[in-house]
Amino acid sequence: MNTSAWMEIGLFFVVLIGLVKPLGWYMARVYAGQPCGLDRAIGPIERTLYRLSGVRQDEEMTWTTYAFATLVFNALGVVVVYLLQRTQEWLPLNPQQLGAVAPDLAFNTAVSFASNTNWQAYSGESTLSYFTQMIGLTVQNFVSAATGMAVLIALIRGLTRRMTETIGNFWVDLTRSTLYILLPLSFVMAIILVSQGVVQTFSPAVEVALLESATDAEGKSVTTQTIPLGPAASQIAIKQLGTNGGGFFGVNSAHPLENSTPLSNFLQVLAILLIAAALCYTFGDLVGDPRQGWALLAAMLVIFVPMLVVCVWAEQVGNPRLSEIDIDQTSNAFQSGGNMEGKEVRFGAAASALWATATTAASNGSVNAMHDSFTPLGGLIPLWMMQLGEVIFGGVGSGLYGLIIFAILAVFIAGLMVGRTPEYLGKKIEAYEMKMASLVVLIPPMVVLGGTAIAVSLDVGRASVTNPGPHGFTQILYALSSAGNNNGSAFGGFGANTPFFNCLLGAAMLISRYWLIVPVLAIAGSLARKKYTPPSAGTLPTHTPLFVVLVAGMVLLVGALTFVPALALGPVIEHLQLTATH
Amino acid sequence: MFQILRTAITLLALLTVITGVAYPFAVTAVAQIGFPKAANGSLFEKPLGAGNSSVHSNARDWRSATDQPPKWAGSELIGQPFSDPKYFWGRPSATAPVAYNSMGGSGSNQATTNPALVDAVRERVAKLRQEDPDNLAKVPVDLVTSSASGLDPHISEAAALYQVGRVARLRKIEPYTLNKLVLSHLERPTIGIFGQTRVNVLKLNLALDAKAEEVSKLVIPAPQ
Repeated sequence: MNTSAWMEIGLFFVVLIGLVKPLGWYMARVYAGQPCGLDRAIGPIERTLYRLSGVRQDEEMTWTTYAFATLVFNALGVVVVYLLQRTQEWLPLNPQQLGAVAPDLAFNTAVSFASNTNWQAYSGESTLSYFTQMIGLTVQNFVSAATGMAVLIALIRGLTRRMTETIGNFWVDLTRSTLYILLPLSFVMAIILVSQGVVQTFSPAVEVALLESATDAEGKSVTTQTIPLGPAASQIAIKQLGTNGGGFFGVNSAHPLENSTPLSNFLQVLAILLIAAALCYTFGDLVGDPRQGWALLAAMLVIFVPMLVVCVWAEQVGNPRLSEIDIDQTSNAFQSGGNMEGKEVRFGAAASALWATATTAASNGSVNAMHDSFTPLGGLIPLWMMQLGEVIFGGVGSGLYGLIIFAILAVFIAGLMVGRTPEYLGKKIEAYEMKMASLVVLIPPMVVLGGTAIAVSLDVGRASVTNPGPHGFTQILYALSSAGNNNGSAFGGFGANTPFFNCLLGAAMLISRYWLIVPVLAIAGSLARKKYTPPSAGTLPTHTPLFVVLVAGMVLLVGALTFVPALALGPVIEHLQLTATH
Repeated sequence: MFQILRTAITLLALLTVITGVAYPFAVTAVAQIGFPKAANGSLFEKPLGAGNSSVHSNARDWRSATDQPPKWAGSELIGQPFSDPKYFWGRPSATAPVAYNSMGGSGSNQATTNPALVDAVRERVAKLRQEDPDNLAKVPVDLVTSSASGLDPHISEAAALYQVGRVARLRKIEPYTLNKLVLSHLERPTIGIFGQTRVNVLKLNLALDAKAEEVSKLVIPAPQ
């Protein structure tokens, strides 16, 4: 790793952690309904939305109504995106004259964007019109992220309220997340991205001349190149900030028009973790003890940093098979070196590994390098990051509500060990909460492993594999891990656009998003009903390093116990194969 | 129940107007006014006086497509395919059906353990060695591995310097002059931190054509 790569990763943590408190504080004020500085500009719009859609701002919902509203709103999103894709040929803003999307692919894409997964079995520039991308996908980028944030805030209300039936109003939480947080941040981000060369226009693709003519696969001479354009920057800003990850172009943030410079790369990878990290502070602020938020952020970092180190190391070492044939993979001032297959020169190996770790820690799933071509260990990190349940940062809102569930598990297990009734933030954790928490923790692994088992048993599943040996198994496991944890990144060579995988992965995304939201809201409702139990001498403090280790330990334990056998069959064997020939 | 459905429909419609219409149009307006070149693909026209010489035998064969050559000479951000040894080569591209097909960006997605990857790299090395038999240095990795997008406009400084000997010989330019040309095209990490030192291959090759022309004019006929 050369000096600039070290400094870039160091600066990444400095800026990320530096922004946690100011942004977290701002978001806490937004959710608490206190003045936040943008009220004069956004307040009138917000009130108009409520008036037109019949929302009474002070109306409170029980957890069942809240959950019902969440599901109805999301189901509606799926239907709209599906219909847009099926009818885009008759709709405006389609300068490339693209036709209707096939039903199975349209279903997969609709579920994918509504569930904040943004798995993409298609290539944007050749499949979706500008209209579909904007009206369908960009909108879902906002509201699926806002849904995750709303559910988190409902859970926090469950922890802070006492002896009440209600946990807030879904419409208000959704609207305020979108208007006060996601929209202003995205606007600023989009403009900065444009300044770096990310395209933003409604013009169709343009032709440029080739300096040296090329020959295509059929032997014909090619003298021009068609540069794709479109309103990309506005979608990319929210794709990163909302941990969506769906690219405007097929190769996502590896595309030079989607991620044009090292600076745009740094800002995008920062945006991937920004809101998820800052929400930890928001949580601490709203429960009246910022240390609680810092503790959960620390638990995330305790897992994130070592994983990052392994991934960067593995990618920077490079591919031993290439060293055998006189290739220079060393890192120095003249080149990034490392495993450069499937990576871009302007980013280099280290910044690509940083991105891979961040995008899978958060349930973002955008890529700036091709994970399929990562070294076995470099690819194991993003795979395992997703399998840990997307709670290390995770999706905006969804990551933190997932980690709070792990915190509840941690106090429960710690309580069992010392024989005390477990409490979290003054709320007793009892059988009902534990049942719901177990659902949240166990459903994604079930979907991932069950889905992988189905896919590898069927010819139609194995047919999508494009690399030989254990890597082929890893491709399938990666796809299911990605869909089953709402991440959306892929081993890009995998032939995902088949009716079989469009349906299987679509189902996986649906189950793991909405089957988790319901038990989380059930816990919120149950906690809100309880009275406050003041801490006693036997209460486990939940802001200490000990608790940080306990929570991180819970996450790693569940993740390791569940997935080590599957990982051993894929990346571990592949690593041994790669190094054994030496 | 009905009330919730009605609210969901209205709110989704209104949020669509704000985030799906107003937001992208507002960004587009600011982008087109503030950064017109960057927002439209960073296209550039051919610099005046540069490279009218047809170094490549079949360069500029417009008969097949239209009679009018496109106005633009390229995008600063999108790489172009080069296979003539008189040019600096960029990174291998995995796009189909032609390399650097910018309407279908793609990586090879070959695993590190895939024998096809090692074979492809070996073939690329052989081709470099064949065109430049005297160069015994190890080949910089980015010059023989395909990029993530298939459109990578850059190669590393090492990969550019590796090719100087070959290009200098074929162009009859002093290697020293060519080295200077490469160094003047280096893009260094932003404020010394972000990214890697790199060279834009298309811009370098355009400058190379201009330099070759300039040098050819300077050649004084040998005395009789």
